[in-house]
Amino acid sequence: MHKLEDNRAWLLVVPVFALVAFNAVIPLMTVVNYSLQDIFGPGQRVFIGVEWFREVLRDLTIQASFLRQVAFSALVLAIQIPLGIAIALLLPRVGWKSSLAIILIAIPLLVPFNVVGTIWQVYARPDIGFLGRGVNAIGIDYNYTASAVSAWITLLLMDTWHWTPLVILLAFAGLCSIPEPYYQAARIDGASRWAVFRHIELPKLRGVLTIAILLRFMDSFMIYTEPFVVTGGGPGSSTTFLSVRLVNMAVGQFDLGPAAAFSLIYFLVILLFSYVFYTILKMNEGEP
Amino acid sequence: MTVIETRLATDTPARAAFPARRLACACVLGAYLIFQALPVYWIVRMSLMTPGNVMGRSDFLPVEPTFDNYRTIFTDPTWYMSFLNQLAYVCLNTAISLAVALPAAYAFSRYRFLGDKHVFFWLFTNRMAPPAVFLLPFFQLYSAVGLFDTPWAVALAHTLFVVPLAVWILEGFMSGIPREIDETALIDGYSLPRFFVTIFMPLIASGIGVTAFFCFMFSWIELLLARTLTSVDARPLVATMTRTASSSGMDWGLLAAAGVLTILPGVAVIWFVRNYIAKGFALGRV
Repeated sequence: MHKLEDNRAWLLVVPVFALVAFNAVIPLMTVVNYSLQDIFGPGQRVFIGVEWFREVLRDLTIQASFLRQVAFSALVLAIQIPLGIAIALLLPRVGWKSSLAIILIAIPLLVPFNVVGTIWQVYARPDIGFLGRGVNAIGIDYNYTASAVSAWITLLLMDTWHWTPLVILLAFAGLCSIPEPYYQAARIDGASRWAVFRHIELPKLRGVLTIAILLRFMDSFMIYTEPFVVTGGGPGSSTTFLSVRLVNMAVGQFDLGPAAAFSLIYFLVILLFSYVFYTILKMNEGEP
Repeated sequence: MTVIETRLATDTPARAAFPARRLACACVLGAYLIFQALPVYWIVRMSLMTPGNVMGRSDFLPVEPTFDNYRTIFTDPTWYMSFLNQLAYVCLNTAISLAVALPAAYAFSRYRFLGDKHVFFWLFTNRMAPPAVFLLPFFQLYSAVGLFDTPWAVALAHTLFVVPLAVWILEGFMSGIPREIDETALIDGYSLPRFFVTIFMPLIASGIGVTAFFCFMFSWIELLLARTLTSVDARPLVATMTRTASSSGMDWGLLAAAGVLTILPGVAVIWFVRNYIAKGFALGRV
């Protein structure tokens, strides 16, 4: 759409700008301050430059958490995006069945993070949980408090349960916006189901999928409450993701300086990854 | 809707030709819905059992079903007040977010101005800051301005990650409304605020509904900030749950009942927006 050029439009943006600046800039500057100082007590602080950053980047447990986090987010995206698209394709588009399916599918989205953790903590238990008992009953050894593999599977299942609905809703919205003549043209050409998906539906889903991938990446990369409730980062440190490590450092050990430096690096990493995703997804836009 | 209906009508013969495929689709969808429903069923089942039975039995149906857990929650003020507290800050958050996001989204959808793209991107970067990063600074900030342990603190803090999304969804809806409508109204002598409230907002009512849904959802499910910024007076249900768990051992039945209650407002909200939700993102720009 053609837009008018008018700098007075800034007046309309001022409320949002002020609110977010209050919420983001002040705390961010606090974090920056901490990250550059060594604090012994109230009023006793020494400027130490990039020392904390150096320490955090050299910390082996943080490096391990980082690799774990990347692996987790990669798996989350690899499972949830295709699954979400597939389910969205199967959903009825109109009528009460469609409404009912949307409601059922959206329910996990509205379950608070710690309740999600509580549900899965019990649901996956080998003694009293439906999933844990079921899996053990068919002869597979599964115990998320004892085995790292089980813990990972539990967290991935849980995240898939919780967040695939978002991908489904987004993909469904995208599919609903495809005009009928596109499908008619495909039918006249005798296109196969796969060809329709590949050349009509997928390109039309690009917009919503970009946002789905970005949101899923950001949220899975920041995951904290669910692994904290279900596994507490264990067994060992096999599910200690970045946020779990960070909260341990900031609240558990009260190492404010290193925690602040860690926070800033963490934020920049997410920003960088998101920017790369966004650029790649935008780059292919010219393709038919 | 008519477009989709014609599509369905023309689709039917083709689909009828493949009953096996249709059946397979229904089965896959059914299996997925069961995968989604089972954990929810499990917590409902737990909420109807005594703590002893929860820990001891794994029967599929609830053992000796009882409503005691719910009775405890509805008679104990710490529980039901925290439920109301959580509703209070989530509603406040939704109201504040909509109030600031509406004009901003209008500006982004209608005008080009100095630094518009940068501001839009900057807003979105706030969605990328892990809440864990902001725990301590938020605590200090809201204590300093005297809002600690009030619903306002949590409502304002949550706008950080809710507002960017609200602006983005609303902007998509607004861009779907032709400019000519604005121009005609302004020629007819409407002032911008009056035009916006009496003509423009009703036009994007479904967009506002969907945005409200997402504001509600992201604020309702957040725990970390909500727990950090409250202590007693404004403590939300999600925080009461974690505290109960740590102080007196795990009363799983009670925890499950509280969990079920946290799901209910969400279901009510989905019910209201069920027919618009699909459109919420389709129009959005990326």
